[in-house]
Amino acid sequence: MKKELSISAIKDGTVIDHIPSNATLKVADILDLKGIRGIISIATNLTSKTMGKKGLVKISGKDLTKEEVDKIALIAPNATVNIINNYNVKKKIKVTIPLVINKIIKCSNPNCIINNEEISTKFYVLNKDPLKVKCHYCERNMDKEDISLL
Amino acid sequence: MNFENRDIISIHDFSKQELLYILKISKLMEKNPNPNLLNNKILATLFFEPSTRTRLSFLSAMEQLGGKVMGFATAGMTSIKKGETLWDTIKMAQAYADAIVIRHPLEGSARLAAEASSKPIINAGDGANQHPTQTLLDLYTIQKVKGKLDNLHIGMLGDLKYGRTVHSLTTALSHFNPKFYFIAPQALQMPQTYLDELKEKKIKFFTTANLMKVSKKLDILYVTRIQKERFADPVEYEKYKGVYKLDTKLLPHIKKDLKIMHPLPRVDEIDKSLDDTQHAVYFEQAANGIHVRKALLSLVLGRIK
Repeated sequence: MKKELSISAIKDGTVIDHIPSNATLKVADILDLKGIRGIISIATNLTSKTMGKKGLVKISGKDLTKEEVDKIALIAPNATVNIINNYNVKKKIKVTIPLVINKIIKCSNPNCIINNEEISTKFYVLNKDPLKVKCHYCERNMDKEDISLL
Repeated sequence: MNFENRDIISIHDFSKQELLYILKISKLMEKNPNPNLLNNKILATLFFEPSTRTRLSFLSAMEQLGGKVMGFATAGMTSIKKGETLWDTIKMAQAYADAIVIRHPLEGSARLAAEASSKPIINAGDGANQHPTQTLLDLYTIQKVKGKLDNLHIGMLGDLKYGRTVHSLTTALSHFNPKFYFIAPQALQMPQTYLDELKEKKIKFFTTANLMKVSKKLDILYVTRIQKERFADPVEYEKYKGVYKLDTKLLPHIKKDLKIMHPLPRVDEIDKSLDDTQHAVYFEQAANGIHVRKALLSLVLGRIK
């Protein structure tokens, strides 16, 4: 029997694959999708050999910025980002959590200077799994449950 | 070792060798008056939060070395009231001075100031985070009264949860193979992050609420005040204030050469009756601040290399 694709292929753009099902909508949410004129497909609870269930986001006509890839790494550390060119995978990127996270997460300490002045946040990654980071400014450590995105 | 133009922000930024070098220069400062060492240098002291000892000892250190000081002691009389950002305040101050000392209620403020300034920044306390010159004078005092820093049994008592001095001192002493005794009610015990760091470094520690359980083992007892201003809930503060009151009844339960330290101000945690005993070194500790601050100013201003 011919295998049927749940969502159709895209000509040019980005496919984010291997997202944990429960993080799929979050991944779509952090990407700047306003103003994209091509088709955007978001699928979740797809069957996966390696993950059991997985999510997938396909965006026609969009390349991701480094900041966006880093954000995805924080939510879905095992995701892959495929750059599609003329229906072919031109490049496959395995997302990785960077050693230094710039701009994309908030400091949970209300007394930290970054929550009181207009400056970019900066965190050092102390541990990738489970995620633990240290604020460059107030020097507080934050665990995964304290981390929220800007 | 060249410290010229270096910022003094956090004790985490210093290696063991660097800490020992600063202590060595502090000792030289104590021995030699050097009245012209900082001639033609200007220090700006920006105190957005009140301070007595720290501000006065920076002022005195600078003037004793022939330098000049300008600045403010409360944020109320400055453009901060008009909504000026810290970034802009520092950008302005660096144009008028050769070095800047800052105390600010927000954590990370000194790090941000260092990024805004091309002149060296010395952190004199950023909220509950760091107060590195206090830590250095604590180390200097321990080295002076015990003749060494290595292999000491260090007791820390009082508010270990919110007390930045005990946090930074724990980090700094970790270079010198100590054994720590953290003495505090459970709710004010040393935060888990610091205990985890000690475990990683394989440094022994013991936590208890009962001083008598460990008092005989201690070489140093570092006492801290239960800080009213760090409690969000005044009911919580009432519960813990006055939980430890050391007086001469302690004497039969300690080593003859135990030294009692305190970053001051004290409320009632150390009774005056202990002041005249051989154990009390807290006023000497405050006096040592001047040697350490002279050393740091001379180093970051490049007059000692």
